[in-house]
Amino acid sequence: MMPRAKLKARKVEAAEALVGARPLPESNVWMRRAREAAHARVLDMGLPTKRDEYWRFTDPRRLTAAEAEAGKLHDTQGEAPVFDAFDRLKIVFTNGVFDAEASDALEMDGVEIAPLAEAAAADLHWARDIYGVLEQRGQNPVERPLASLNTAYAREGMFIRVTGNPERPISLIYNRSAEDGDAIVHHVIRVEAGAEVTILENGPVAARFNQVMEADIAEGATLHHIRAQGRDHERAGTAHLFARLGAEAQLKSFTLTANGSLIRNEAVIWLDGADGSAHIAGATVGDGAFHHDDTVFINHAAPRCESRQVFKKVLRHGAVGVFQGKILVDQVAQLTDGYQISQALLLDEDAQFLAKPELEIYADDVQCSHGSTSGEIDKSQLFYLRTRGVAEDEAKLLLVLAFLAEALEEIADQGFADDLRDRLEAWLKRRG
Amino acid sequence: MLEIKNLHCELEEDSEVKILNGLSLTVNPGEVHAIMGPNGSGKSTLSYVLSGRDGYEVTEGSATLEGADLLDMEPEERAAAGLFLAFQYPVEIPGVGNMTFLRTAVNAQRKARGMEELSAGEFLKLVRAKAKELQIDPDMLKRPVNVGFSGGEKKRNEILQMAMLEPKMCILDETDSGLDVDAMKLVSDGVNALRDAERSFLVITHYQRLLNHIKPDVVHIMSEGRIIKTGGPELALEVEENGYGDLLAEAQA
Ligand SMILES: Nc1ncnc2c1ncn2[C@@H]1O[C@H](COP(=O)(O)OP(=O)(O)OP(=O)(O)O)[C@@H](O)[C@H]1O
Ligand SMILES: [Mg+2]
Repeated sequence: MMPRAKLKARKVEAAEALVGARPLPESNVWMRRAREAAHARVLDMGLPTKRDEYWRFTDPRRLTAAEAEAGKLHDTQGEAPVFDAFDRLKIVFTNGVFDAEASDALEMDGVEIAPLAEAAAADLHWARDIYGVLEQRGQNPVERPLASLNTAYAREGMFIRVTGNPERPISLIYNRSAEDGDAIVHHVIRVEAGAEVTILENGPVAARFNQVMEADIAEGATLHHIRAQGRDHERAGTAHLFARLGAEAQLKSFTLTANGSLIRNEAVIWLDGADGSAHIAGATVGDGAFHHDDTVFINHAAPRCESRQVFKKVLRHGAVGVFQGKILVDQVAQLTDGYQISQALLLDEDAQFLAKPELEIYADDVQCSHGSTSGEIDKSQLFYLRTRGVAEDEAKLLLVLAFLAEALEEIADQGFADDLRDRLEAWLKRRG
Repeated sequence: MLEIKNLHCELEEDSEVKILNGLSLTVNPGEVHAIMGPNGSGKSTLSYVLSGRDGYEVTEGSATLEGADLLDMEPEERAAAGLFLAFQYPVEIPGVGNMTFLRTAVNAQRKARGMEELSAGEFLKLVRAKAKELQIDPDMLKRPVNVGFSGGEKKRNEILQMAMLEPKMCILDETDSGLDVDAMKLVSDGVNALRDAERSFLVITHYQRLLNHIKPDVVHIMSEGRIIKTGGPELALEVEENGYGDLLAEAQA
């Protein structure tokens, strides 16, 4: 074993080599400060390595390498992208760069939307208290240097302030047309007291992406976040969601991931006000050279909050699924209701599921449960279906979808849930 | 209809465990046969082997449905050929709605038989009517298959599936166990409603009581993997009164 000090020195050296001399983007004063602070954090923490406690199951090298590995674009064969059938305000990024021409006008009742570049030049008061701030808070107790890297260098992203109840969802669409290249995207979202919004995200982004979403959900406000990461096999990336919830605020975040050679999704959630509720869910299907990691941290910092983590992974042909999930209950957070389940369905013997569920509880009157399982398709269920005349393939499909159902149920809107379910079904059918 | 000849089977993973040891029986179209026998005599295994469950190795003998070799078919092909098994322990399938399940099954079988699929409307009408006859709460149709169903509800759900699928050869494995008196009557009425000259039943039961409702043409006594005695309904009464002791002794003599 390498001594700790030496490990740390290597991490710092690697950070220095990667970004020590890389200039920060032009910004106004407040954002420049945020960037400089984030840059200093990266140099201080160093880059992640597989020796780090929360990177043991996922090798970050592809995410920290100087150059992104190029990858082939996926042929969608004319299949309409997810959410296509829904009326929404479309905001398009091409290779990680905001594409105003391809986007709708950034105008809708109940919401203010500005691209990061604009925000960086202007002085968006509300965003100051969020940009890089939630990310920084998220560095404790576990370091997330890739998110700081993002804060330091992101030139792209949307600053969204929700003041009412906009009638359409806001849809962030990430098109990709280049085989190589990086994308660094940083969104800042503030949902004002009592407001409610749905934010959709879909698309392959880039050969390599680093995304951060910082969301500040005020008292009694609700954020629905539905994300579909899919299609392109040959891409690597990491996405962080940092969310702070006020009293009686609600967050529902769901992510579907299909394909992708290396994806790490982190969610860091603080239930800061009483009676808040945070649900973080994911459905993942992986076939072949696929490595998918969900790392979730939920901090109950106020009484009577509820949280759910529901993660389901269907894996085969060497696909690897990782789940690291923690519920941290502070001493003040009495009457916490915390639930966490992570399950993998391994369709063959090559697939692998690695899980690290954790509970850390300092309050005495709480209800917390967690469970993690991995297994195959249930033989007696399969037989039962077949005795009713359902062919083996169809019966398996039914059972795989049934396995994923609990995660999809975390999507409040039935229309979106059905759309994603249909995608999953098509994905599974294509693979037979 | 169903012809089983000298059927032998053992466990696939342990060939020392021989469960069926030369079982023969023939069920003609329109007939109802009952099988009774002590626990562990192989009744459920027979039903599994006939419907194609993994884990059993048939070492000798044959089983045909209307002349077609059952043992050579996949479970779903046996179903399409008209075989139905009402399970002793119906399986719970979380995440699959009962209605979706029924519809998938009905349409899969129609497709296999070259019939057109039922439209959503037609299906709904049919399932509602059948469920009502069996006094199945419409709520049960919406819930996941058998999840949280009481023992009796599970059994009624099996009969509902049978009524929807209209098989030719129905095997009922202890469908009466776990049923209260009224439910037993309902289930029996459900079965009797399906009786006709073209449809046959093999009813596995421990209790003569069921046979008061579903009158068998033939009663078989099974022990250690074979039929040791065959007779009329009076045989069931004899078992009810005297147990299996005498019959087993007689068979051994
Ligand atoms: N998969 C299996 N593994 C081990 N033993 C088995 C298996 N299947 C059946 N057996 C054994 O075979 C024998 C017959 O079992 P079976 O369930 O067919 O009996 P049964 O007549 O239906 O009994 P019951 O009246 O209790 O339902 C039993 O001794 C049982 O333990
Ligand atoms: Mg049995």
